[in-house]
Amino acid sequence: MTGDYGALGRALLPEGVLVATALVVILCDLVWGRGRGRESRVQASVLLGLLGLVAACVILWQEGVLGEVGSGALNLDFLAVAVRVGVVVLSGFSLLTLVGGNTRSQPAEYVALLLFATVGFLQMAAAQTLLLAFLGLELASLSLYVLAGYDRTRPESAEAALKYYLQGGVSAAVLLFGFSLLYGLTGSIGFREISLVLVSNPPGALGAVAVGMVLVAFGYKVAVAPFHLWAPDVYQGAPTSSAALIASASKLAGVALFWRLLWSGLGPTSGGVNLSSSGPGGWVLVVAVMAAASLLLGNLVALAQRNLRRLLAYSAIGHAGGLALGLLAAGEVGPGPLFYYAATYGLATVGIFGCIALTERETSCATLEDLAGLWRRSPLVAACLAVFVLSLAGIPPLAGFFGKFVVFAAALRIDGLGHPAGWVALLAIVMSMVSLYYYLIVLKQAWLVVPPTPPRRMAVPLVASLALVAAAAGLVVLGVFPSILLGLF
Amino acid sequence: MSLLPWIPYVTFAGALLAYVAGSRSARAGRVVALLTALTGLGLALTAAAAFVPGRELQTLVNRAWIPELGIRYHLAVDGISLTLIVLTGVATTAAVLFSWTVSERVGEFFALFLGLIGGVYGVFLSADVFLFFVFYEIAIVPKYFLIALWGSTRREYGAMKLVLYSFAGSGLVLAGVLWTYGSGAAEGFSLGALTAAAARLSPVEGGVVFALVFFGFATLAGLFPLHTWAPTGHVAAPTGVSMLLAGVVMKLGAYGCLRVALPLFPDAFAAWQTTLGWLAVAGIVYAGLVALVQDDFKFVIGYSSVSHMGFVMLGLATGELEALGGAVLQMFSHGVIAGLLFAVVGRMVYERTHTRDLAELQALPLHRLIPGAAAIFVVAGLASMGLPGFSGFPSELTILVGAWRHHIPWALVAGLGVLVAGAFTIKVMQRAFFGQLRGPAESTQKEHAAEHAPMEPLTLPEKAGAALLIAATVIVGLKPDLLLDWIMPALQSPAFALTLTKGHP
Repeated sequence: MTGDYGALGRALLPEGVLVATALVVILCDLVWGRGRGRESRVQASVLLGLLGLVAACVILWQEGVLGEVGSGALNLDFLAVAVRVGVVVLSGFSLLTLVGGNTRSQPAEYVALLLFATVGFLQMAAAQTLLLAFLGLELASLSLYVLAGYDRTRPESAEAALKYYLQGGVSAAVLLFGFSLLYGLTGSIGFREISLVLVSNPPGALGAVAVGMVLVAFGYKVAVAPFHLWAPDVYQGAPTSSAALIASASKLAGVALFWRLLWSGLGPTSGGVNLSSSGPGGWVLVVAVMAAASLLLGNLVALAQRNLRRLLAYSAIGHAGGLALGLLAAGEVGPGPLFYYAATYGLATVGIFGCIALTERETSCATLEDLAGLWRRSPLVAACLAVFVLSLAGIPPLAGFFGKFVVFAAALRIDGLGHPAGWVALLAIVMSMVSLYYYLIVLKQAWLVVPPTPPRRMAVPLVASLALVAAAAGLVVLGVFPSILLGLF
Repeated sequence: MSLLPWIPYVTFAGALLAYVAGSRSARAGRVVALLTALTGLGLALTAAAAFVPGRELQTLVNRAWIPELGIRYHLAVDGISLTLIVLTGVATTAAVLFSWTVSERVGEFFALFLGLIGGVYGVFLSADVFLFFVFYEIAIVPKYFLIALWGSTRREYGAMKLVLYSFAGSGLVLAGVLWTYGSGAAEGFSLGALTAAAARLSPVEGGVVFALVFFGFATLAGLFPLHTWAPTGHVAAPTGVSMLLAGVVMKLGAYGCLRVALPLFPDAFAAWQTTLGWLAVAGIVYAGLVALVQDDFKFVIGYSSVSHMGFVMLGLATGELEALGGAVLQMFSHGVIAGLLFAVVGRMVYERTHTRDLAELQALPLHRLIPGAAAIFVVAGLASMGLPGFSGFPSELTILVGAWRHHIPWALVAGLGVLVAGAFTIKVMQRAFFGQLRGPAESTQKEHAAEHAPMEPLTLPEKAGAALLIAATVIVGLKPDLLLDWIMPALQSPAFALTLTKGHP
C-alpha cells in the first residue's frame, strides 16, 4: 500500500506544486505587494505563476508515463501526460496575456485562480473514475466562473460570468445525475469496471438516459451545438486572459476527459462502427449529429459577426464540431489526431487573445473595425495575428491545417461513407471553405484597411512579443513537423 | 545532384529578404525580388540543361515525413513538370520586371508575390499528393492580399471571389483525396498508393470522387462554368499579379488535373470524358464571344485567358497522347503569351493613359504615343491567335488534331473558337492602338493635346521583360520539339497508360 501512495504522490506532484504556487502568489502579494504599484504587483504575480507552471511542466516531463496510480483512479498514459503538458503550456500563454493586457485589480488572486483552474485541468486529463472526473471538472469550472466575472468595472463581464455559471451549474447537475445513474446501473465508479459491466449486461433505457446526460455535459464543456449558447457571451464579456483560458486549456482538458469517459467507460454503448448492432445508447450517432450541427451553426453564424470576440466564439463552435468528429475517430485510430487538433487549436486561439489583449491596451478591441490599420500600429502583432488566424482557417504549413487534415482523414478511415463520421468529415471540409471568408475579413481589417485617423505606434512589452512569437513559431513548427506530436501516440 | 529541390525554399527565403529589404528602400526590395526570380530561373534552366527525358518521374528527394499517415517528402520531376518549372521561372522574372513601378508597401508586395511563387514551384515538384496539396494551398492566401491591396477595379470583391473559388476548388480536391484514402484504405498519399486505393472504389464512388478532384482542380484552371473568378480576379489584380495568375496559377489547376485526377481514376475519366470535352469547347467559344464585346481592355485579355485555357482542358479531355502533349505545350505557351498581353495592358498602356476603356483608348493615337507597346501588343496578339512561328500554333494544332480524332464535333466547335479568338484579338488591337486611323482633318482636339504631351517611352525593365517573353514564345514556336521531347516520353509513363487506353477505346 505504501508503494502505491508513493506513486500517487509522484503523480500528484505537479498539482501540488501548482497549489503551493497559488498560495505563495497570494501571500507574496499580501506581504511584499502592500503599498506597491499595481504594475509591479501584476508582474510579480505573473512571474511567480509562470515559475510554478514551468516547474509543473518540468516535473510532468521528468516523470513521463506513470501508468495507473491510486488503484486505477488516475491513468497517466501517453495521452494524459501529453494533455497535462499541453494544458500547462496553454495556461502559461493565457497567463502571459495578462502582461500585455489591461492591468486589473487584485492580480494575485487572479493568478491563483488561474492556477487552481489548471489543477482542475490536470485532474481532468488523467481521471479514470467518475468521482475524480467530476471533482476535476468542478474545480476547473468554479475557478473559471470567477475568472470570467473578474472584471468588476464592466457589466459585460458579470453577465458572462452569470451565463457561464448558470449553464455550467445546470450541466454539472445533469452530469452528476448521469453519473449516479451509471453508478446505480453498474455498481462501480471506475471507467474500466463500468465498461466491463456494460459489456456483459447491456443497459436499458435508463442507461441511454445516463449516456445522454454525459453527452449534455460534453456539449457544454466543449461548446458543441446545441449546448453552445454560453460561448459568444463569455468570449465577449470575460476578461481577455480568462477568455483565452476558457477557449484553449479548458477545451483541451475537456476533450481528454470525455474521450476517456466515452470510449474507455461508455465504449460498449457507442454503437461502434456497425450502427445496427448497437445496444441502446449508440452515442456515436448522437455525437455525429451534434458535430454536424455545430459545424453548420458555428461557421454560418460566424459569417454575420461584426464583433471580433463573438466571431471567435462562433468559429470556436465550428471547431468544436471538428473536435467532436475527432472524438468519434479516436475510437478507431486512437486519440492522436484529436489531441493534435485540440492542442494546436488551443495554441492558435490563445495567440489571438494575446493579440487582442495587446491591442485593447490603447484602444478598444471589440469590433472588427477596431483592428483597422494594425499593420501600422505594430507589424509584429499583425503578423502573429495572421499566423494564428490562418492556422484556424487551416492554411498550410500551419498546424491548424494538419489538425483538420488528420482528423478528417481518420474520420473517413473508419469506414469511408459507410459511417456517419465520413459524412460529417465531408461537411467539415465544406464548412472550412466557408470559414476562410470570415477569417479573411479579420485579416483584411488588420492588414488592408487604412484607419480614418492616423494610428499611433503600439507599445508592445518584450515579454508579450516573445510569447506571441513563440506561439506563432510553435504553430509553424508543429505544422511542418506534425510527427512531433503525432509520433507520441 | 540537381539543385532543383531548393527552388521553393530559395524563393521563400527571397520573400523574407524582399520584405526586410523592401521595408528599408523600395529599390532594394525590387532588386532582391528580381535576383530571387533570376535565381529560380537559373536553377530551372540549369536543371533543364542536365535533364535526360525519360518515362518515369525522376526522384530528387524522397524521405519519410509524417510516417503516421504514410506521407513522404517526395520531390520528383519529369518532362511535364520541368516544362512548367521553366515557365514559372520565365513568368516570374518577367512579372517582377513589370512590377517595377509598385511603390506602396514594396516589401510586403514582393514578399507575398514570392511566397505565392514558392508554392507554385513546390506544386510542380511534388510527387506526394499531400505535399502537392500543401504547396497548392500555400499559393492561395497571398493572392487575396496581392489583389486587395495593390489591385484596381473592384479589387476587394475580385480578390475575395478569386480566393474563395480557389479555396473551394482545393476543398473539393481535399474531399476527393481523403475519400479515396479512407474508402480505398490507401497506405499513404503517394500517387501510386492512391491509384491503388482508387482502384478499390466502386464505379459509382470512383465517378463521384473523380468529379470532386477533377472539377476541384479545373476551377483553378478556369474550366467553364467554374471560370467566373478568372476575369474579375485578373482585372482586379495589379499587372505583375495578373501575369502570374494567368501565366502560372491557372496552370496549377490544369497540372493537377493531369497529374492527379487523370492517372488516379482512368475508368471514371472515361465515363466523364464527353462532358469534360463539351465543357472545354463551350468555354473556348463562350469566353471568346464574351471577349468580343468587352469595353474594358483588360477584360478582353481576361476572357481570352479563359478561352485559351479551354484548349488545355480540351487536350486533357481527349485522352489522346498527342493532344495531352499539346495541352502541356499550350500551358507553357499560354503562360508566356497571357503574361505578355497583361503586361502591355496593365503596365505599358494603363499606367501611361490611366484608362482601360476601349472607347477612350480609341480616341488616342497610341501607336504614335507608345509605338513600342503597340509593336509588342501586335506580336503578342499574333502569338495569341496561334499564328505559325509562335508557340500557340503547334500546341493548338496538336490539340485540335487530337480532338478531331476523338470526336469530330469538338474539333469543329473549337476551330470556331480559334476564329473567334482571331476576331477579338484583331478587334481589340485595332481599337486600342490604331483606333484613330482616319483622315487628318477628322483628328479631334483631344488627339492634338495628346500629341503635344508625349508619353514616357518604354523603360528598360519593360523592354527586358517583353523581350524575355517574346523570346520564349518564338523559340518554342519555331522549335516545339525542345519541349515536346521532354513532354512526350513523360506521357508514355505507366502512370498514364490506363488513362490513354481507357480514354480512347
